[in-house]
Amino acid sequence: MSVLEIRGLQVSVDTENGSVEILKGVDLTIKSGETHAIMGPNGSGKSTLAYSIAGHPKYTITGGSVTLDGADVLDMTVDERAKAGLFLAMQYPVEVPGVSVSNFLRTAATALRGEAPKLRTWVAEVKGAMEALNMDPSFATRNVNEGFSGGEKKRHEIMQLELLKPKMAILDETDSGLDVDALRIVSEGVNRAKANNDLGVLLITHYTRILKYIKPDFVHVFANGKIVEEGGPDLADKLEANGYADYVSK
Amino acid sequence: MSVLTTNYLTPTGREEAWRFTPIKRLHGLHDGSAIVGDRNSLVTKAGLPQGASFTRESLAPLAVSDDVIIERIRGEVSDVAHLSIDANAEIKEPIFLTRSAGALDSAELSRVRISLGTHAVATVIVENIGDTLLAEDLEISLAAGSSLTFVTLQEFDSKSVYTARHHAVVDKDATFKSITVTVGGDVVRILPTVEFTAPGASAELLGVYFATTGQFFEHRMHVDHAVPNAKSRVNFKGALAGRDAHTVWIGDVLIRAVAEGTDTYELNRNLLLTDGARADSVPNLEIETGEIVGAGHASTTGRFDDEQLFYLMSRGITLENARRLVVRGFFNEIITEIGNEEVQERLMERIDGELERAGA
Ligand SMILES: Nc1ncnc2c1ncn2[C@@H]1O[C@H](COP(=O)(O)OP(=O)(O)OP(=O)(O)O)[C@@H](O)[C@H]1O
Ligand SMILES: [Mg+2]
Repeated sequence: MSVLEIRGLQVSVDTENGSVEILKGVDLTIKSGETHAIMGPNGSGKSTLAYSIAGHPKYTITGGSVTLDGADVLDMTVDERAKAGLFLAMQYPVEVPGVSVSNFLRTAATALRGEAPKLRTWVAEVKGAMEALNMDPSFATRNVNEGFSGGEKKRHEIMQLELLKPKMAILDETDSGLDVDALRIVSEGVNRAKANNDLGVLLITHYTRILKYIKPDFVHVFANGKIVEEGGPDLADKLEANGYADYVSK
Repeated sequence: MSVLTTNYLTPTGREEAWRFTPIKRLHGLHDGSAIVGDRNSLVTKAGLPQGASFTRESLAPLAVSDDVIIERIRGEVSDVAHLSIDANAEIKEPIFLTRSAGALDSAELSRVRISLGTHAVATVIVENIGDTLLAEDLEISLAAGSSLTFVTLQEFDSKSVYTARHHAVVDKDATFKSITVTVGGDVVRILPTVEFTAPGASAELLGVYFATTGQFFEHRMHVDHAVPNAKSRVNFKGALAGRDAHTVWIGDVLIRAVAEGTDTYELNRNLLLTDGARADSVPNLEIETGEIVGAGHASTTGRFDDEQLFYLMSRGITLENARRLVVRGFFNEIITEIGNEEVQERLMERIDGELERAGA
């Protein structure tokens, strides 16, 4: 049983005109097996929250804390956070020229497992993970995310989620850009990871359609750098019907 | 262009062709003061396949040169190490030429010829290892319809000084592809030059270089489109790490008035891995006719991409390993063109080692 605890998190970014505060005190607790959906308008800071937890160098933490099972996440390097059990499926997965998917996955698995996976079982493992997400085996020899379509990049993220078996996953708009079939395939991948690893999930999305597949236990409304309302799954339907006007008007 | 006026004219460093080169570190190769040893270090690594021969013989130069060091070599040395591929021979396995027995207390002046008969196909890999002072005049002749992949590996130790011209003369419908790799030495200065003698010829000059603390690596291309309908591609990638690591890439491409139908593109990309290093990159396209298929160039110099490093690290990969992956990935595009796994892996490991030593 793991707990990711975010307390009063304040984050700013450096711009040409000085530092701008984006997150203005975020409180959120996610436990193993729970799924929390975050919905909120463009630019409200959802990706900033995701990146800050993962340790992206662009963001400066100006206040608050993030702990995983009591350990100070903000004090860890990016790779240490992954080793502690955090995973971020990115809104815009990055292309890494010249690095093959298979080399990348093996390097990551070696780092996270503390030893290189046995070659024979590993090949089968990767093949299985790719098949599960309907990815052609030829992706293994392609360069990481290079030339992948938007949907292929997202599948590749969830394939890594299944392969690397984190404790807590943040999915930043994994559903954006997916066709109806891919949405189902990707959702099933997330649900398998939940079932197999008792994964805790923070799911950032704009649409309720993914919530039909991945059932949230909690829905949080994010606006202007913080959580402004919390509720159960029906809150998502209310948002879809009414938009965010109630939360951003002030 | 007169040989006499340039011969034994010592460069001062102010000449366009020498303006980047640290002449003081050339151990007198440029001004004739180097003590020339009696070395013929180039040997074949294994037995030669059928259709290939390796001899030492007296040969007249293939083409004039305006490089002072080349003229000095030609003035001193008549014996040429000559690898010859018979007409119509199709040799699948690469032919390795290796330089052994280097020395730093004296210099080697070397003339090399690689010649392919009509429709011959071959891959030649020249390995330069150890520490040495070496000035080389290497000429390649590709007869009509022949095809050569020429790999030149500068895997020197840290004190070597190597200056060379690798000049290819490419005849009708012949295909020349070179992969120049420079990862070792104190000063390396290579002039990869190409001249086309008939239409339908093509040349692809690929290269990678990685300079670390204090090293100077210069690659000064010259592609002469003096005939119609020839094609050239240049793609060199370099990385630099550590104080006073310095690389120079010059891409001179000349499209003469007669060279209608020319198709050329040249590209140089540099990755600055630390502060204190300097990459000079000068593409230079001279076009004397408008009747061409295409002509372009691009040159970029960048640093580690934070987004790439973040992505890799977010999967548990340490910063050090993430950097190694990114650098390997950067070079991979060119290194894989060598087509020999053993050589490719050896080079990647050397690159890892250089990266580690530079503390980048
Ligand atoms: N370098 C920067 N300079 C100025 N503003 C920035 C910078 N980086 C981020 N921001 C701002 O931070 C805010 C939050 O961005 P973030 O990407 O977290 O939004 P989001 O909620 O994920 O939006 P979306 O739904 O569109 O993905 C935005 O208004 C964005 O413009
Ligand atoms: Mg976002």
